[in-house]
Amino acid sequence: MQFSALSLAYNALTGHRHWKPTWRDAAPKDAYDIVIIGGGHGLAASYYLAKEFGFRNIAVLDKGWIGGGNIGRNTTIVRSNYLLPGNIPFYELSMKLWEKLEDDLNYNTMVSQRGVLNLFHSDAQRDAYARRGNAMRLEGVDAQLLHREEVRAMAPFLNFDNGRFPIQGGLLQKRGGTVRHDAVAWGYARAASDLGVDVVQNCEVTGFRIDNGKVEGVETSRGFIRAGKVAVAVAGNSSRVMSLAGMRLPIETHVLQAFVSEGLKPAIPGVITFGAGHFYISQSDKGGLVFGGDIDGYNSYAQRGNLPVIEDVCEGGMAVMPMLGRARLLRGWGGLMDMSMDGSPIIDRTPIDGLYLNAGWCYGGFKATPASGFCFAHLLATGTPHPTAEAYRLDRFETGHLIDEKGVGAQPNLH
Amino acid sequence: MRLPCPFCGSRDLSEFTYLGDATAARPDPDAPDAASAFFDYAYLRDNPAGPHREYWYHAQGCRSWLTVERNTRTHEILSASLASGNVQ
Ligand SMILES: Cc1cc2nc3c(=O)[nH]c(=O)nc-3n(C[C@H](O)[C@H](O)[C@H](O)COP(=O)(O)OP(=O)(O)OC[C@H]3O[C@@H](n4cnc5c(N)ncnc54)[C@H](O)[C@@H]3O)c2cc1C
Ligand SMILES: [Zn+2]
Repeated sequence: MQFSALSLAYNALTGHRHWKPTWRDAAPKDAYDIVIIGGGHGLAASYYLAKEFGFRNIAVLDKGWIGGGNIGRNTTIVRSNYLLPGNIPFYELSMKLWEKLEDDLNYNTMVSQRGVLNLFHSDAQRDAYARRGNAMRLEGVDAQLLHREEVRAMAPFLNFDNGRFPIQGGLLQKRGGTVRHDAVAWGYARAASDLGVDVVQNCEVTGFRIDNGKVEGVETSRGFIRAGKVAVAVAGNSSRVMSLAGMRLPIETHVLQAFVSEGLKPAIPGVITFGAGHFYISQSDKGGLVFGGDIDGYNSYAQRGNLPVIEDVCEGGMAVMPMLGRARLLRGWGGLMDMSMDGSPIIDRTPIDGLYLNAGWCYGGFKATPASGFCFAHLLATGTPHPTAEAYRLDRFETGHLIDEKGVGAQPNLH
Repeated sequence: MRLPCPFCGSRDLSEFTYLGDATAARPDPDAPDAASAFFDYAYLRDNPAGPHREYWYHAQGCRSWLTVERNTRTHEILSASLASGNVQ
């Protein structure tokens, strides 16, 4: 056992000089059966490929450090409160995988099912949330429609009588909640590495070698690596990486910001979202209020956003939770979002033989990490999509089978 | 980020609305390959990291549509002009 009360005491007394790395910092070999690009969902995919499908000769390449991508930048919310048939079973599979993740990885990922509460503020919105809740329950997902007084019992500090957006009630998914994002990256990296997967950091893919329509391997900053199959999961950079293989994607890259306050005593019971604007908040175990809102709305690879969105997010927060005004903001940051044209992801093969794509997660892909990894592994190992991910086809935009959860059409900055 | 509107001068980002890529040209609906050309037009993007030509609407100002060239890595504005006359 690597971590125990005893090892903690021993290392505390010896100045923390004897901790061993959690996983091997592998150097790339010349060839692999499968090369996965991207150390977010890619780590989960490599773990399930090794554990469930018996592959061992696999590498995960990341241009930076493990946890430096969106997997370590998000607001840690997990839920499966979707509406459309193509989405609900997939996100529910993810929720079920979260529920047993710590046992599975033998790693404390701090899965905390503290509930996700979506507030509604009008009759029309209540109807829409009732419909969503019913769709969830038809698929066996938990959902409860709460009236105003039930919400008040849970979260008395909310502004129930806002002149424009009084709170009428909420849709609660009790099994939703938060998961410590970095620990998910570290837990998957360690578990995959222990199964023989090479987790390679500081290795940027700069090109593909494609012969006769079949992928032969990848050019990287650390040399050519031959591969039987190449799997791309590089959220935010999908268009750039796939352009190296001559493909254009139905994706735009946008920046999403998030914020955390100074540490406070426990105040917020779960995840709460404002229904009349875009604002979501939870409290981390360290006490910081973690919150966010809309993407900035213009194409960006800058990993930082602008002030108008910060103002907008804080206005949303003040409208629903005025007590926020007393807290000080500690920091804010941004991450690159793969905004797809219908707001839903892609897990599919590509027209190039042996080249697979996992992309388009918009700003909801953290909750998908286990299922995305599992379904991507299934596709890579068996050649057929996992039943819960069949709708996430790359050609659906051409055939008209969009999964437009929000119903706003091909306008990626509105999803 | 501030955008240099040709009418109003340098104005705050919050006055503008974004539409996106200004390089896509609306295809001819009567062309034999119209279906695939419209798929391309509606859904596919170059999505470059670097200079990007894009449409912005000065909603809180002169209400002009602008064509702006902006570096998506740095948010540096390279040029801005009225879109009318050169919309594709
Ligand atoms: C501020 C913010 C808040 C969010 N909040 C939530 C939330 O509350 N709930 C939720 O479900 N989702 C949330 N998300 C979305 C979620 O984080 C992402 O959708 C998800 O993490 C994407 O997973 P990924 O593995 O595809 O991407 P990443 O974790 O970003 O992994 C992609 C990796 O690819 C690497 N890469 C890129 N190009 C190359 C290359 N050429 N060669 C090698 N490696 C490369 C990158 O370095 C990166 O590490 C949020 C995102 C942000 C930014
Ligand atoms: Zn103007």
